Amino acid sequence: MAVTRAEVEKIAGLARLELTGEECALYQKQLSSILDWMEELKGADTSSVEPLAHVFGTENVMRDDVPVRHEDRKSLLDNAPMREFDFVKVRKVIE
Amino acid sequence: MNAFETAEGVRNGKISAEEAVKASLSAIAAREKDVNAFLEVFEAEALARAKEIDARRASGKPLGLLAGVPVALKDNIMYKGHRVYCASKLLEGHIASYSATAVERLLAEDAVIMGRANMDEFAMGSSCENSAFKKTANPHDLSRVPGGSSGGSAAAVAAGMTPIALGSDTGGSVRQPASFCGISAIKPTYGLMSRYGLVAFASSLDQIGPMAADARDCALALTAMAGHDDKDSTSADVKPGTDYHGGHSGSVKGLKIGLPKEYFVGGIDPEVEKLVAGAAKKFQSLGAELVEVSLPHTKYAVAAYYIVASSEASSNLARFDGMRYGYSAAREDESLSLPEVFMKSRGRGFGSEVKRRIMLGTYSLSSGYYDAYYAQAQKIRALLKKDFVAAFEKADVLLGPACPTPAFRLGEKMDDPLQMYLSDIYTIPCSMAGVPGLSLNCGKTSSGLPVGMQLFGRPFSERTLFNAAMTFERGN
Repeated sequence: MAVTRAEVEKIAGLARLELTGEECALYQKQLSSILDWMEELKGADTSSVEPLAHVFGTENVMRDDVPVRHEDRKSLLDNAPMREFDFVKVRKVIE
Repeated sequence: MNAFETAEGVRNGKISAEEAVKASLSAIAAREKDVNAFLEVFEAEALARAKEIDARRASGKPLGLLAGVPVALKDNIMYKGHRVYCASKLLEGHIASYSATAVERLLAEDAVIMGRANMDEFAMGSSCENSAFKKTANPHDLSRVPGGSSGGSAAAVAAGMTPIALGSDTGGSVRQPASFCGISAIKPTYGLMSRYGLVAFASSLDQIGPMAADARDCALALTAMAGHDDKDSTSADVKPGTDYHGGHSGSVKGLKIGLPKEYFVGGIDPEVEKLVAGAAKKFQSLGAELVEVSLPHTKYAVAAYYIVASSEASSNLARFDGMRYGYSAAREDESLSLPEVFMKSRGRGFGSEVKRRIMLGTYSLSSGYYDAYYAQAQKIRALLKKDFVAAFEKADVLLGPACPTPAFRLGEKMDDPLQMYLSDIYTIPCSMAGVPGLSLNCGKTSSGLPVGMQLFGRPFSERTLFNAAMTFERGN
């Protein structure tokens, strides 16, 4: 299934990935061949099964809602690329 | 010296932890320039810790299961206060702010962490060539790949640098490199090992797995690490400390071993097929009963896996936004807007394969394609699980090759992602079904390359797998 250049650009936008022109061309070709190969999945008869998200069907594992303190706050903050005092510095969110 | 003997020797004073660590460091000094298994070696720290372990023994205190055993950690497993980059430029500079549960448990058993092993970036790859930092070579043939994604871990063990290494396995990432490097590794039942502190790739598939020269050392490491952890909501209800290495019958008499017919057709290398068939015969001569089984949906497994795993990855890797961790384009250019920081940080920070998978996953999950790709892949996952359930009605364990070929050459598959994906055909179905898979060596090709086989078991039947593997390795 051929993926168009516009589709590649749209997907890259959704995934928040800036791609170079070369990368767009390469991914257009490679995604097309990968998706072609994935066409075979349509041949499988899946009418008897439900989608499986977790192998053992575990759901909603709960614990008591008790806050736990992270012992080393500084190390978390130190990993942020940009900081000001005890805050992670980000770009303006609302223009 | 293997892990079992090292730990026993350190506990009863035959050798010191310091000697064990020095032996590891001298093996690293001798082989690392050719093999490139490590991104970083914690030399001074490992020696200091070894001395501390020896001092504890000298003061009469008992030592743990892995006393003085040198261990390599894949670069996606967190060790507090140490770098953890997932072999990615995007995480360059990141320091782990806590330790993975697996690491906490290794340390509690007096293991010594030697360093960070190389890997495919974010564990995406089958050759270790997707590392942003270096290429690791196969210690058996330096012109070949060690396999991936836990290639550095496998190479470290195969080159005798550490008796144990931790890898992670999403679709075969401990079992395939173990096969290529002639060692042993287990992908435990989903949920047996805590994922806390393992950087997430595809959360419904990811498991940490120990790698070692033989099955008993793998079992020993699993004993130290496995079992329930409150910090991982998908952690299974298995008691920590369950013994996987000791108390085995040492016999496979009456064990029904199923040979999945789909694993011995198509693109398998004739030498690999012959060695795995020879291993099955050996099991038979040891008293096991061979039966043919079928895993009929195997042919759909790789495509379904790449949809499920890439979809989960596209979601998990959304956290790398240039704000909270690692590389940020904002640091280079203060004038960038918020969306530009996202786009540029991710575009420049991630390598080619990671971006390809994020693209594939985003596509599979996007409006209009979801049902045809993601939902269909999850239904095929259900069929793959049913295949194993049915096969385990006829057999106690299944046996097949770990990989269709021995280690391929560096660079051989780098331009063709599809060919690279297809090398995971025998490891992926087990991951999709959540059952345990143990990879162990079953010989060498005529040109001297190791070949691995896999044993699969019912969920939480790791003891059965280890008993069979250890009986095979002992050979009587």
